[in-house]
Amino acid sequence: MATADSTVRGVPAWPRAGRFAGLLWLLPLVAVALAATRHPDLARALGSAWQWSPALLRGFLVNVGVSLLAIALGTAGGLLVGALRLSPLALLWRPAQLYVQVFRNAPWLVLIYFSTYVFPFEVNIGSHIVPFPDWLKVVLGLALPASANVAEVLRGSVQSIPLTQWEAASSMAFSRWQILRLIVGPQCVRRMLPPWMNLYATLTMSTALASLVGVHDLLDTAQIASNTVNQTAFTVLIYFIVLAMFFAWCYPISRFTRFLEQKHAVA
Amino acid sequence: MLLPEHSGGPVLSAVPTPAPLVALRDVHLAFGGNAVLKGIDLEVRRGQAVSIIGPSGSGKSTILRCITGLLAPQQGTVTVGGVAVRELRSEAERIALRKRVGFVFQQYNLFPHLTVLQNLAIAPVRVLGRGRAEAEATAIELLRKVRLADKASAYPGELSGGQQQRVAIARALAMEPELILFDEVTSALDPETVGEVLTVIGDLVAEGLTCLLVTHEMRFAEEISDEVYFTESGRIVEHGPARRIFSEPRSERTRAFLNRALGAAPRVAADPFVFSFDKLRFAV
Repeated sequence: MATADSTVRGVPAWPRAGRFAGLLWLLPLVAVALAATRHPDLARALGSAWQWSPALLRGFLVNVGVSLLAIALGTAGGLLVGALRLSPLALLWRPAQLYVQVFRNAPWLVLIYFSTYVFPFEVNIGSHIVPFPDWLKVVLGLALPASANVAEVLRGSVQSIPLTQWEAASSMAFSRWQILRLIVGPQCVRRMLPPWMNLYATLTMSTALASLVGVHDLLDTAQIASNTVNQTAFTVLIYFIVLAMFFAWCYPISRFTRFLEQKHAVA
Repeated sequence: MLLPEHSGGPVLSAVPTPAPLVALRDVHLAFGGNAVLKGIDLEVRRGQAVSIIGPSGSGKSTILRCITGLLAPQQGTVTVGGVAVRELRSEAERIALRKRVGFVFQQYNLFPHLTVLQNLAIAPVRVLGRGRAEAEATAIELLRKVRLADKASAYPGELSGGQQQRVAIARALAMEPELILFDEVTSALDPETVGEVLTVIGDLVAEGLTCLLVTHEMRFAEEISDEVYFTESGRIVEHGPARRIFSEPRSERTRAFLNRALGAAPRVAADPFVFSFDKLRFAV
């Protein structure tokens, strides 16, 4: 691996420091704990935060749930749209291209408002009235741009596989379907994985937008907590906690993405 | 199939059969308005090594692509073992043809997501329906033959150009084709690795592999070929036994080309990787 080779042999100071860098995040916690022994305000805020922690966790579960559903829907839809976009038939690829361009160039917040107010709040199926909750509308609002991005990721990865791979595989008597399944497909998945995970991390962060349309997510819960406790130290603390929770979810994903990218650069 | 059953694999007898394995008759091919082949006639018999030489852009690689059905000529016939390539309509028919004809590319075109061993075994398993263990045993054998047995679990990206090209040759052999087409297989290589690839091809020819080579390695073509075709701007200018083409070319254009090509390149025999061609000629 290029990064490993570039470290000078016999000078392991930086890699060794890197091993402990992972523990650096403990420092602020220690600092806060120490500070709390001196400042009663902070100690009270910490106590309130502890009381609010189940609500905050429930809120964050909404974010995680919304993000997972949106990426699942967005991926399924995006693969379909991307496949249409790759079709040689103008009747198929032109609408797909329009879809991609519209939803890749729309602000996500606008799409969330759009889906919240355009879709009905309940749906009549026969005699049943099925509610259409806000969180589901947010899922749709986020799945739209996600699917457009997935479609683009798919197109990029398929087109990045050189035509000579097709030529080599067909000269080895593989059928078209086998080439897709055994040769081109697996190479595409490898190339799609890092941008797809980046998209998921971005999408997770965007789920905080759901608080603006009345979904009780982490950010919304934090606002309620802040208003209820009504104490400056608590308000500052609670938003630090919100940041830390999003970070704890998204950072490992982006690290793993980078790991995959580096691995892919070698293979 | 129109031919008598053939076991596949390198043919060991060098006795020419009456009907050629590959025959091109008056083949014309154009890309848009750009005529690339203007009436090509060419034959390869079983057990023969045939080379196509000529300036770049004279349509040499295009001829190979017509034989394996990657390109379709607009006029003329291409037959492989009596099967007319142009008439192949269904995918199944094209697959049947490609099982019989191996192809080695200038840019190797190995599958980067598979190990060397998987590159060799995947088509025998998925296309020919061999058992995985059997296919891998054969693959190891072939890797030994191209002197890369120790690289079985490496990925193509970890190999040098010459090593990748030897893997590509072994990959073509794994399908046990009746014929292998070599498309300028040393053109993308560093000069120091050209020799190792030519050595492998020379060994295969010595064992009786039927092959059609497009090459810029003139000395190599002269030493291993039974027959040499000289092409220029989409036409066969001259063809005949290798020794004759190189020692007494009839066409002025062949002579001019050979003078340029041989004058510029040193004799391959000066290359340390090169094997004894005399032994080879005896075997062929």
